[in-house]
Amino acid sequence: MTTDVSIALTDAEQGSSLWHDAWIRLSKNKMAVGGGAILLTFIVVALLTPWIAPYSYEAQNLDLGASPPSAAHWLGTDIFGRDVLTQIMYGGRVSLAVGFIATGVALIIGVSWGAVAGYVGGRVDAVMMRLVDILYALPFMIFIVLLMVVFGRNVLLLFLAIGAVEWLTMARIMRSQVQSLRQQEFVEAAVSLGLSPVTIIRRHVVPNALGPIIVYTTLTIPSVMLLEAFLSFLGLGIQPPQTSWGLLISYGAETMEEYPWLLIFPGLALTITLFSLNFLGDGLRDALDVRGSKD
Amino acid sequence: MLHTFLECRLRSLLFTSLILLITACGRGESNVVQGNRDGVLHYGNGAEPQGLDPHVVTGVPENHIIRALFEGLAVKNPQTVEPEPGVAERWEFSDGGRVITFFLNPDAKWSNGEQVTASDYVWSWNRALHPGTGNEYSYMLFPVVNAEAYLKGEITDFNEVGVKAIDDTTLEVTLNAPTPYFVQLMDHYSTFAVHPETLMQFGEMTDRYTPWTRVGNIVSNGAFTLSEWSLNRRIVVEKSEHYWDRDKVSLNSVIFYPTENVVSEERMFRVEQLHYTQVVPLDKIPAYRSMPDTPYVQAPYLGTYYYLINTKRPPVDDARVRKALSMAVDRETLVRTVLQETAVPAYSITPPDTLGYFPPKLFDYDPEQARKLLAEAGYPNGDGWPGLEILYNTQEAHRKIAVAIQQMWKKELNIDVTLSNQEWKVYLDSVTQIDFQIARRGWIGDYVDANNFLDLFITDGGNNNTHYSDPVYDDLILYRAPKAETREARYELFAEAETRLMEEMPIIPIYTYTSKHLIHPSVEGLYSNLMDSLNLKYVQLVPGRQLQGSTQ
Amino acid sequence: MLRFMLIRILQALPVIFVVITATFFLVRSAPGGPFDQEKVVIPEVKKALEAQYKLDLPLHEQYFAYLSDLAQGDLGPSFKYPGRSVNEILFSGLPVTAELGLYALLIALCIGVSAGVFASLRPNTAQDYVPMSLAMIGICMPSFLLGPLLVLVFGIWLDWLPITGWGDIPGDKILPSITLGSAYAAYIARLSRAGMLEILSQDYIRTARAKGLPEWQVVTRHALRGGLIPVIAFLGPAFAGLLAGSFVVETIFQIPGLGRFYVQAAFNRDYTMILGTTVFLSTLIVFFNLVSDITAAWLNPRLRAQFKGGSQ
Repeated sequence: MTTDVSIALTDAEQGSSLWHDAWIRLSKNKMAVGGGAILLTFIVVALLTPWIAPYSYEAQNLDLGASPPSAAHWLGTDIFGRDVLTQIMYGGRVSLAVGFIATGVALIIGVSWGAVAGYVGGRVDAVMMRLVDILYALPFMIFIVLLMVVFGRNVLLLFLAIGAVEWLTMARIMRSQVQSLRQQEFVEAAVSLGLSPVTIIRRHVVPNALGPIIVYTTLTIPSVMLLEAFLSFLGLGIQPPQTSWGLLISYGAETMEEYPWLLIFPGLALTITLFSLNFLGDGLRDALDVRGSKD
Repeated sequence: MLHTFLECRLRSLLFTSLILLITACGRGESNVVQGNRDGVLHYGNGAEPQGLDPHVVTGVPENHIIRALFEGLAVKNPQTVEPEPGVAERWEFSDGGRVITFFLNPDAKWSNGEQVTASDYVWSWNRALHPGTGNEYSYMLFPVVNAEAYLKGEITDFNEVGVKAIDDTTLEVTLNAPTPYFVQLMDHYSTFAVHPETLMQFGEMTDRYTPWTRVGNIVSNGAFTLSEWSLNRRIVVEKSEHYWDRDKVSLNSVIFYPTENVVSEERMFRVEQLHYTQVVPLDKIPAYRSMPDTPYVQAPYLGTYYYLINTKRPPVDDARVRKALSMAVDRETLVRTVLQETAVPAYSITPPDTLGYFPPKLFDYDPEQARKLLAEAGYPNGDGWPGLEILYNTQEAHRKIAVAIQQMWKKELNIDVTLSNQEWKVYLDSVTQIDFQIARRGWIGDYVDANNFLDLFITDGGNNNTHYSDPVYDDLILYRAPKAETREARYELFAEAETRLMEEMPIIPIYTYTSKHLIHPSVEGLYSNLMDSLNLKYVQLVPGRQLQGSTQ
Repeated sequence: MLRFMLIRILQALPVIFVVITATFFLVRSAPGGPFDQEKVVIPEVKKALEAQYKLDLPLHEQYFAYLSDLAQGDLGPSFKYPGRSVNEILFSGLPVTAELGLYALLIALCIGVSAGVFASLRPNTAQDYVPMSLAMIGICMPSFLLGPLLVLVFGIWLDWLPITGWGDIPGDKILPSITLGSAYAAYIARLSRAGMLEILSQDYIRTARAKGLPEWQVVTRHALRGGLIPVIAFLGPAFAGLLAGSFVVETIFQIPGLGRFYVQAAFNRDYTMILGTTVFLSTLIVFFNLVSDITAAWLNPRLRAQFKGGSQ
């Protein structure tokens, strides 16, 4: 948010009240506020999990096996007799971390890359976007397998690897946004005023391209979480007994006829998170809609 | 381009066509009903075969199809697993069991009508053993005199190898030593004959990748011939007109499906798209078991699931620690809970009743003794435990077992164990390099004989992977047992060797495998046996029988 | 315009070359080889196998040999499936995966664009929330969950549709296409809603409305073109994703497509197969990105003017 603040401070043209206005608009949007609150709760629970989880993470009860929800186990147990609620709480730590960190990585690389390529254009754009094409066309499965093998499996590396793959689409979207923004009168005016490109990108281009970027970000977080599940499922991600929502869901999907609660509860956790993210993202987009606020 | 009203049209069009499709097809007759009428067996085969060349491929799905297309000199009786006549109508032992003479059935024909001759076998075994072919199962023929030397390029004249065609129907094989299980090996595809003229038509004898196995090209000698091979879709074989025992063959055709996804395979069986499944997902088993006239069939299988121990890495370089770990594994509970009674607890490497051989049982689940041993080794109540890692290849089934064992060791011995999974080829690399402390391993027998399990652990054996080395053990397995006069004497030597092995405990045996299939009630003659080896010529379909609880 | 396309195609060639080179050396540096098995292979046999596949040559010689074969359109023999060439395997799987991808993309576009546009017309009302919530559920549903769920409901409980196969039983293409397409439908819905909202607040739309054009004409004639630019930009990558993502769907529904080979080749260390699918997929991806760029340019009036100017 530091860049936002700096934009707010330096942006004489649009007035320093922009971010304040946006905040006010956001806080009026009940869905967005609700989403934000739920998200915040989940994050707090994830952080506190080691202290508040009802059962020990590893405790098995092989003789109990998979049991439906009961007073002792509110959300039931899995085939090892482990408490599902505890698993979901621990899984949330991994899933939320993957979602936010990997998306953050993707966001930083993708937005700067796309903005520069789209703004500068010409040969620089061609070279930068060909690089994106090369990375797109790389067999990403092998890329991750190699990374995991050469550097050993490591959660942080996994986050970075996923982020390194996800930034590509972000860069393309940013570039196409910037390309169309560049043609707009207010950017042309800024250019003719002799402002430096960095200033123009920061002051005019990025804030105006924020809408689609925020929307794409709220789309990237779930896809990153699912990508992590897919990789873990192939054995290239999270190491058991660590778990994640995606992994819990993929196991649950296999036994949905026998033990539906193993699918439903992790599924609900993921769905609620993604919905909250989505409403928050929409709210942010609407709140930051600069042109919409100009009338 | 994308006008909304146009889209609405497109959408409604799509929707109506969807509805039309659904109502029009209405799911018609199931594969099973149709197959029962036409004598077509719908067989879930587990995976797309690598190929159908008996001297090139390795693997179970390949085995099923190749054994439908080809026949060995002797085949396994599907009920007793003892050899019975195949291409050879009889065989005789001479020179104290060192020479076997196979008398070929003059009616045994290739699918083009030509006779299967003894010289076809000499040619084929030359191919199977030729260093240029790269046959990964060439060691199946190593009991034959000079076979190993020929493969390793120490001799280059195949005439020196102990196999001779006396005449068209007489094949004489000379062995290094009496080998009781040799006739059994004649049912393994690496010892099958191929049709020399057909192969030569498409390339050299040792070529791996000629199209001779394709539909229209392949000439085989089994009960069925190849009629369709659609990559990753299906393989269809049809009853052969030239097979010598064709009157016994009841099926007109078998369709093999590459059912890679076990969950999908089970669902295909449920909607009667398959007569037979290769496996059954663990979680579905209780429901099938409780069905009246259950289609679920489970039988002991010649394979052991165990953990390899690197006997040179602390803390498991101490036999007391290894024993403590092994004794603290509650195999009964593991089998009952995690494995849903689909396995048999194992306390040694050889599966019980391997052609009458029972392995010694030296220990039992004994946490008390385990704690004592661990204390003796310097870790009383887990104090000072340096940590231990279990390596397994990435698969849910292995993970479940590792998680349960990790927990048992924590509970009984108060030691911390971490789990590590590796992708298959990386895992193989680690196991071959013996770069692990404890690693999951499974061994499936190639033939029914304890030797196939016990010779794993000879010094520097390719599949030893534990650094276990005992000259007395080597002597027992390599020299004394082959020279034993009787089966009993031989089994006693095996038991002696196996006792020595389990006293050192370079492996932690966990369970003996079972084969698990769903078989539609209309199928007769699919017997279960220790090798999970079926002979399709005995299979019959009885129309009219229905799956309980089926939708049709 | 023609020059633009030509330049882009020429630029693509070195891209594909770099991809081939990088993949070749990446794949060879992974531990484990194509002939490693659970039962250890006799060293002499392994040597013979490596000689048959030229793996005994120095790596750079193998690389140049591969390039020269590739130049002649030969992707080499498969390691995992002896007796089959990579070309043959690819061309047996391609029509199936392409058909599956096409149906999935069509479903995704039809549902996604209509839902997104529909929602954008009345933002923050039920007309917005309902389709968008459905889209969100689509995103939350990975194909390894949606596939089995659809099979269970439509294949087993209702017994309406076949649960496996491709082109074997009438109707067996429906469930896999929906499974693969649904996640993309959800993405497209979100992107087109966002894009439309962006455009609908533009001055020229207000002008069009002020001129008294009926709303549906405002949308179809003016707004859609600009509003769908993000969707078009997404389609190139989406198609690539569909091809790679078809792995799960192909496995669940036992479809004889490419995706299964692509993923399994990596696990099998089937070097030629990995390279073959990579070359093939990278060509496709580069091509589709090109198409998506051209379409986006065509849809954007200002950029279009620029291209026209450039080509004169």
